[in-house]
Amino acid sequence: MPPIPDGVPMSFYLGLSAILFVIGVAGFVFRRNIITVFMCIELMLNAVNLSFVTFANYHKQVSGHIFTFFVMVVAAAEAAVGLAIILTVFKNRTTLNIDEVDSLKN
Amino acid sequence: MVDLLFFGIFAAIAVLCAINVVLQKHPISSALSLVGVMGSLAVLYLMLGGVFIAMAQIIVYAGAVMVLFVFVIMLLNAGIEVRRGRSWMATIFGVPALLGLLGVLACLLARWFPDAPTIKFGDFTGGGAKEVGYALFTEYLLPFEVTSVLILIAILGAVVLARKELD
Repeated sequence: MPPIPDGVPMSFYLGLSAILFVIGVAGFVFRRNIITVFMCIELMLNAVNLSFVTFANYHKQVSGHIFTFFVMVVAAAEAAVGLAIILTVFKNRTTLNIDEVDSLKN
Repeated sequence: MVDLLFFGIFAAIAVLCAINVVLQKHPISSALSLVGVMGSLAVLYLMLGGVFIAMAQIIVYAGAVMVLFVFVIMLLNAGIEVRRGRSWMATIFGVPALLGLLGVLACLLARWFPDAPTIKFGDFTGGGAKEVGYALFTEYLLPFEVTSVLILIAILGAVVLARKELD
């Protein structure tokens, strides 16, 4: 049995980030509620942020944190606009199911 | 050793909550699970030395963004999602394709960082508010200012979209 390392291997953080990203993709593809789909996008953004912070630690630079900060800002702006769009869709069509919002299809 | 224990606990919480986000039928349960993911990620950021980012994660994500989500869920009275039959392609290839994606990501990471070091708590202390603020207002000043324009446009867009009359 290998000795238990002092500290956490960097690959664990990156692996966790990959796992969270894939779970986010799964929710994005499989879920049908437009709000849940939106939450899965946030989950993917968070997974990428974890990679950024891990690489900031690896390179001992603060740039990764700045990038994470910008991703957070963009995510907040995206949430505001996206939820306004969801409100408008619900007002016009009274549904949150993305299968029923298909007026651009065909 | 303690690092690994903490990482294990919070990584497990993050993954379980993330799976819960996808599996729950009701959007409010998904939203609360997502708060769990964000909280545990904030702890991991702290372990990686990102003090400022961890606090911003708690305040901006777990606070502001998720409150917005929960507010919209309540406002729209979103219920349990209606399941319809999905295509046979999704049923057969969905999960294997996702596992393939995970495999590709893991393989790429292992290829790029074959000698990835171990990260100890306290190795990197350059993630405090002082360092982040200094970088933000010197090297990254232009992106920071552009961000304020982005936020302004997002506010205007949200107001225009959610207006009462939409003709």
